[in-house]
Amino acid sequence: MKTKNLFKLLGALFALILVASACGSSADDLASDAVEEATGGDSEEAMDDEAMADHTGLTVALVAPSASDDVAFTQSMVDSLERLGVEPQVTDGTFVVEEAAAAIRGYAEDGADVVIAHGTQYGGSLAEIAPDFPETSFIWGTATDTQGLSNVFAYNPAADQGGFVNGVIAGSLAGGGSIGVVGPVEAGDAVAYVNGFSAGVESVGGSTSVVYTGSFGDVALATTTAQAHVDNGVQGLTGSSQAMVGAANIATANDLPWFGTQSNTEPWSADLTVASQVYHWDVVLSQMFEMIEAGTLGGEAFELTLENGGLVMEFNDGFALDPEIRAAADEAVAGIIAGDIATN
Amino acid sequence: MASLSSSPPTGFSVSNFFTVSVLVGTLSTAVRFAVPYLLAALGETIGQRSGVLNLGVDGVMLLGGFGAYYAVLETDSHLFGIAVGLAVGLFMGVVYACVTVFLDAEQGISGIGIFLFGLGFSDLLFQELVGTPLPIRPLPRLDQLSAVGAWFEPLVDIDVIGPLLFDHDLLTYLAFALVPAAWWLLTKTTFGMNIRAVGENPQAADSLGVSVARTRFIAILIGNAMAGLAGAALALQLAIFQHNLTNGIGFIAVALVYFGAWRPRWVMAGALLYGIVTATRIRWQSLGIIPQGASDVAAMAPALITILALVLLARRVRGPAALTRPFSRH
Repeated sequence: MKTKNLFKLLGALFALILVASACGSSADDLASDAVEEATGGDSEEAMDDEAMADHTGLTVALVAPSASDDVAFTQSMVDSLERLGVEPQVTDGTFVVEEAAAAIRGYAEDGADVVIAHGTQYGGSLAEIAPDFPETSFIWGTATDTQGLSNVFAYNPAADQGGFVNGVIAGSLAGGGSIGVVGPVEAGDAVAYVNGFSAGVESVGGSTSVVYTGSFGDVALATTTAQAHVDNGVQGLTGSSQAMVGAANIATANDLPWFGTQSNTEPWSADLTVASQVYHWDVVLSQMFEMIEAGTLGGEAFELTLENGGLVMEFNDGFALDPEIRAAADEAVAGIIAGDIATN
Repeated sequence: MASLSSSPPTGFSVSNFFTVSVLVGTLSTAVRFAVPYLLAALGETIGQRSGVLNLGVDGVMLLGGFGAYYAVLETDSHLFGIAVGLAVGLFMGVVYACVTVFLDAEQGISGIGIFLFGLGFSDLLFQELVGTPLPIRPLPRLDQLSAVGAWFEPLVDIDVIGPLLFDHDLLTYLAFALVPAAWWLLTKTTFGMNIRAVGENPQAADSLGVSVARTRFIAILIGNAMAGLAGAALALQLAIFQHNLTNGIGFIAVALVYFGAWRPRWVMAGALLYGIVTATRIRWQSLGIIPQGASDVAAMAPALITILALVLLARRVRGPAALTRPFSRH
């Protein structure tokens, strides 16, 4: 029902924008709709199912570096494909590039229409594989360019945007104190999120302590790092990647608020997760699928933003967030969408 | 919202690290971090002293870790979880012993096979039985146990010594208690002498009436049981399980056996060194002493130091002469 509501909101927003451009609606109305959409929306409006394009005719394969239900990077993609009604063939847990390359090539050889290479590290392999299969479309992320390949799409989240919003909330809750950040590897959307988060905290007078563990999957390191932050007296914790379940556990054990990204991390810390920046890859995937069905197999890069609904801030109803802080978060979202706030 | 009453340290300077509270906290973290490495390495030490190399330690840890995690998830009993971890390790020990001792399979290859099996099967079980990573109740510290908690609470409050010695969970104390136990087993018991004999010269041991097969079989069981226990310790301390939770701890444990020259106390020293370097690196990064830009280099420190130690020690130490060599009377 939530998925339907989101798509109905998107459809309603699109319709509203059309009307606004024709009749000159006020900018304030559009901004509040965008904020509502970017923050998960309260509207019960339903999107007509017929408005959601049917991509079931495409055979789609997904190759990803971590587990499909990691409550992080890979799960966000799986959830997005589910929202689109697509049932992909999945090879997950392929962090080793050679294994992933074999899987990508295998799917292309088996005749898949679309192969999603969900990992920045797969780029080199794609450069070798994609030219061998000109009739197959490869979708690669996180990345900002298609390497000049005509059958490769690229996608990238502007993770600093949601990071900034999380940072505003965290900094407000901490009242000038420090927030601990557990980063995995200093690259890709992880570093963007961390930078945005730090900027958000600093914008409300707080500070962050950032440690990169050097691993996306080392839960023990993430746990140890979070514990070090706690020992230093931080007022909240956040982190990126599937290893952050360890850091979230430390937050729970120490009664500290937790801020998530990539997927909704409430399962990790039910009572203490304040908000999560959730990737809705389906926003850009649907555009790519339509282009593929129309015959364009690649050559364009897409970005997930708060504005286009690719990034959604999901707030945990179980956490009693001060309405003033919530309002500040909504203000931050509006400012980012309007281009008034620099998030990194 | 609850918040901590203490203020975070201000400023980034080395002096922040050398405060008593930070030093004690870092050492305490190092001790806990070393536990899975220590347990796995002690078990592997016993196995290797009998002449059997087990590169599947990591896989056994994963299976033991999942077993312990799932047991606690379903029953909320940590004792039961630990028992399951041990039992899984024992079962894998039987499998590995049959393959290497009775079938004379090449130990390196069969060990890798055990690792791959453990990696895949633990993940399969996790996907089928659990799915999304669900936190469990973490392993309680001694002062949190209902039976003995009241005795340890005042001890934890002692300055410096309290957090360092009395603020750990049961498995941490068990791991360090197993160091003298392993030493005693290897050096003071007849069975330990047999283990060393079959590891140095199985033909001679056999001629003296020592059953090489049985001795190695039991040594492998002990080793794998401790690997299962190491996995249980990891999963229960982290209070979670997910794909490849160990992230190579088992392989580092094998390296620590060489680092420790197949002696339990030096294996413990190696595990502690690894824990101290890791904990210090992380604490220095959290205090800003290591700048963010150097985080990748800093992440290599524990592994680099281990390799350096191995290189320095390799010339001086000779391992069991019959290590990796199957025994046959014919």
